[in-house]
Amino acid sequence: MPKKILTILFLLITTVALGQAQITGSVTDTKKQAIPGVSVALKDTYDGATTDSAGHFRIRTTEKGTFTLVASATGYETREQTITLGSQPILADFALKEKISELNAVTVTAGAFGGGMGKKGLTVLSSLDVQTTAGANADISRAVNTLPGAQQISNQEGLFVRGGDSYEAKQFIDGSLVNRPYYLSASNIPTRGRYPATLFKGFAFSTGGYSALYGQALSSVLIMETIDLPQQSEANAFLSPIQNSLGVQRLAKNGKSSFGFNYQYTNTSLYYALVKQTPDYFIRPRFHNADANFRIRTKNGMIKYYTTFSYNKLGVRTFNIDTVDMKNAITLSNYNWFNALNWKENLGDGWKMTLSASYSITHDSISSQLQDAHNVPQYTFEKYWLDTVNFRLDRRETLLQGKAVIEKKFSNLNTIRFGSEYWYAQYDFQYNSISKHLPDQLTAGFAETELYFTSSLVATIGVRAEYSSILQKAKVAPRASLAYRMGKGSTVSAAFGQFYQKPENNYLQVAPWLGYTKATHYIINYQRQVQGTFLRVEAFYKQYEDLIKTVPSYSNSGSGYAKGIELYFRDKTSFQHLDYSISYSYLDTKRDYLNYPTSLMPGIAANHTASASVKRFFTKIGTGASLTYTFATGRPYYAIIPDSTGHSYYIKDQGKTNGYQTLDLSIYHLTRMGKAAAIWYASATNLLGRTNIAGYNYSYNALVKQPILPPAQRTFFVGLILNWGIDRRQDAIDNL
Amino acid sequence: MKQIILAIALLASMGARAQSSKYVAAMQHNLQLLDSAKTTEDLAAVSQAFERIGDAEKTQWLPYYYAGLAQTRIGFADPKSDRDAIGQKANELAEKGEKIEKNAELCTIHNMAATLQMLVNPMERFKTFGIKAYTYLQEGYKLDPNNPRLYFLDGANTFGKPEYIGGGKEKAKPLFVKAEELFKTAKPAELYPHWGLAETERYLAKCN
Repeated sequence: MPKKILTILFLLITTVALGQAQITGSVTDTKKQAIPGVSVALKDTYDGATTDSAGHFRIRTTEKGTFTLVASATGYETREQTITLGSQPILADFALKEKISELNAVTVTAGAFGGGMGKKGLTVLSSLDVQTTAGANADISRAVNTLPGAQQISNQEGLFVRGGDSYEAKQFIDGSLVNRPYYLSASNIPTRGRYPATLFKGFAFSTGGYSALYGQALSSVLIMETIDLPQQSEANAFLSPIQNSLGVQRLAKNGKSSFGFNYQYTNTSLYYALVKQTPDYFIRPRFHNADANFRIRTKNGMIKYYTTFSYNKLGVRTFNIDTVDMKNAITLSNYNWFNALNWKENLGDGWKMTLSASYSITHDSISSQLQDAHNVPQYTFEKYWLDTVNFRLDRRETLLQGKAVIEKKFSNLNTIRFGSEYWYAQYDFQYNSISKHLPDQLTAGFAETELYFTSSLVATIGVRAEYSSILQKAKVAPRASLAYRMGKGSTVSAAFGQFYQKPENNYLQVAPWLGYTKATHYIINYQRQVQGTFLRVEAFYKQYEDLIKTVPSYSNSGSGYAKGIELYFRDKTSFQHLDYSISYSYLDTKRDYLNYPTSLMPGIAANHTASASVKRFFTKIGTGASLTYTFATGRPYYAIIPDSTGHSYYIKDQGKTNGYQTLDLSIYHLTRMGKAAAIWYASATNLLGRTNIAGYNYSYNALVKQPILPPAQRTFFVGLILNWGIDRRQDAIDNL
Repeated sequence: MKQIILAIALLASMGARAQSSKYVAAMQHNLQLLDSAKTTEDLAAVSQAFERIGDAEKTQWLPYYYAGLAQTRIGFADPKSDRDAIGQKANELAEKGEKIEKNAELCTIHNMAATLQMLVNPMERFKTFGIKAYTYLQEGYKLDPNNPRLYFLDGANTFGKPEYIGGGKEKAKPLFVKAEELFKTAKPAELYPHWGLAETERYLAKCN
């Protein structure tokens, strides 16, 4: 019996075998490395095989004749071979070339955080990160400040990047420059940014070497892109003792357009009554912010419009350091209107167009008064340092801008990009009886090309030319970068660029003859990004030229440098539900500018800055917690005063602050309230209660000094976020 | 037994669909491989085999459906797999199938692909891929309101979602009950998808 079966089997096998041809071979890449998992198919038949871990394959087929053998795998160019099937076994090897595609192509990472804005890889800061970073209190700049390269300057708002002042860092919303991203504040009391994080898809933070598309920023650009169409209509509310807001987003039935608006009111009265503040606020800070937007999906693109109007007011008394018991009373108010329109369209065949336009106006009114111990105004003095306390200042800045960028991407990913930009800026200034009017027209043209030599090597070469009518000078700024991928997820890149920036209006109004200030960046970067872990090491050298000097006379004779090394590590996946990051910056910088008698390390720089942040989400109870510890070494401070001749300045006193340390905690809890998804949110800063001295205020003769302290040692925040999605999910269940 | 099934399959295929016996046999063979696949490599190989059948046939969407299904199974079984790449591949396969016929079964592939991509980072991706997964289910319901797999996936998506965002056992249970009921009366045509009852029952047990 078994014999019979064996014979039948034998017969079967031989007959089958006789009719079968066998194709074997192996598939490698161009570097002779085996590729597993490649599909090798005999075209127009069912027959084929998948390569094993050694890249080998074996196909048995009963087909006869001439066929095409196709080898294909994700990330490689498909290869074909023509074979003739007879009775002979066939050997067919393939060498696949890596395909240069958006997915596997290397990108330049030097200077840039979150490059590509979600196009690939991870954006280092998402709007959720901004909302959940402890100590940031949902403020964009404060969250960005946890990244390396940014300094911890506790008494001022803004981004201080690599030894640069805050005005050297510019912010862009959908391609348009934001003239005044922060609310107006009194000196040494930091204020918030105007824009809510939830408005944006993500943030790309560049600490140097940025593209020719951006100009008029010596140190840094923060690129913010607003969200596209919402996935569904929704309403949201934010309730807290300090801040309240209400917003609606409405998606059209056809899903092709949306509109929305938000209103936000912030009033610190209650909070300041509960948490004692050092300054005496006679008008407690209050802020109004209303915004509206619409978005329309076009044939192959999107049109977005965003407008926001904001108003804030405060009045504060601080002790006058030059008197025994007198005070400086400052009242300030500001209104700001910002509009940005952006149209992106794919024109087909790799052509893409981006048009943006914006209009903004901001008006500051500041009045300052010297008051005695009973808050009674004081007027007649013969001492200039007291006379100057009484003033009234009105400032209005208008900015109109238009920008067009045309891009052509070739099939091998090589790209050219070019365009132009026009800004009309007007600055009107009135100080007591002195008034100034500074109009400026800035025209810029730029071109940039990205050249892929292989999918692992790319060079970007760009140039930007600018002309400012007020400076009556043109400048040409070259930019270049190179990136090479060493292995999976590892990239080394280098960037070089020259950057020009107009002097700030407060210098130009005094000295209209001033020229551009200039910075040259040299950056080398190593980045490794594998499955949710991200490591970045960057070294830089930045040279400053033509900085503004105000002493002995206004000129562009200032100069400086900044060099350093930065480290950033973030891991989202090694531990479940745990997301932690570590960042460290070393900075060595000196500059000779403003009234500095010599080259000095500026007061906006600390040699070492580090921060560690942990976020943990507890799924079972729907609760997340985030803890951030930030540390910075002391920053220098100087008392620079004129000598007896009044023509030169000298350092009368100097020192270093005690450094900066803060431990911040935030907790959020997700729940439902009726039909709304709700998030309870609570946070506290400086848990350890450390006294962080930001610097010192000096009397006019530098004989008296007082430490600059935050308005309160700790800040607390409690809030409730409610979101009503117009959710059709319920319908499906109801219809059962 | 298998031969009988094969014979029936062959007979059935001689009907309106005019499927070649070669097609049916190849599909049967690979369906067995799909059901018995144990490793990522097995699933990847069977996915490619289905894709080859689809490419050769040109008028059958089922091979692409199963090729996509095999991809999603890799993603769900292996948390270390590149779920973005798998989701994309599954979507491509479903789109190839949709060029031949748009139907609820292919919507389930898109749904699972979106769920996989959401799982890469649920906190951040819930608002994008989570809603995409939901949208594909709604599209599926429109095409076939009585597809049991849609209710099963709807239930599984709801089950996996925390209660504070509208998920949880209680909300998922009626969906599984409905799925079970539909599975029991469903009479899938030869080679058509039939999976899901066992999975539904497993979830139902967890809901009680």
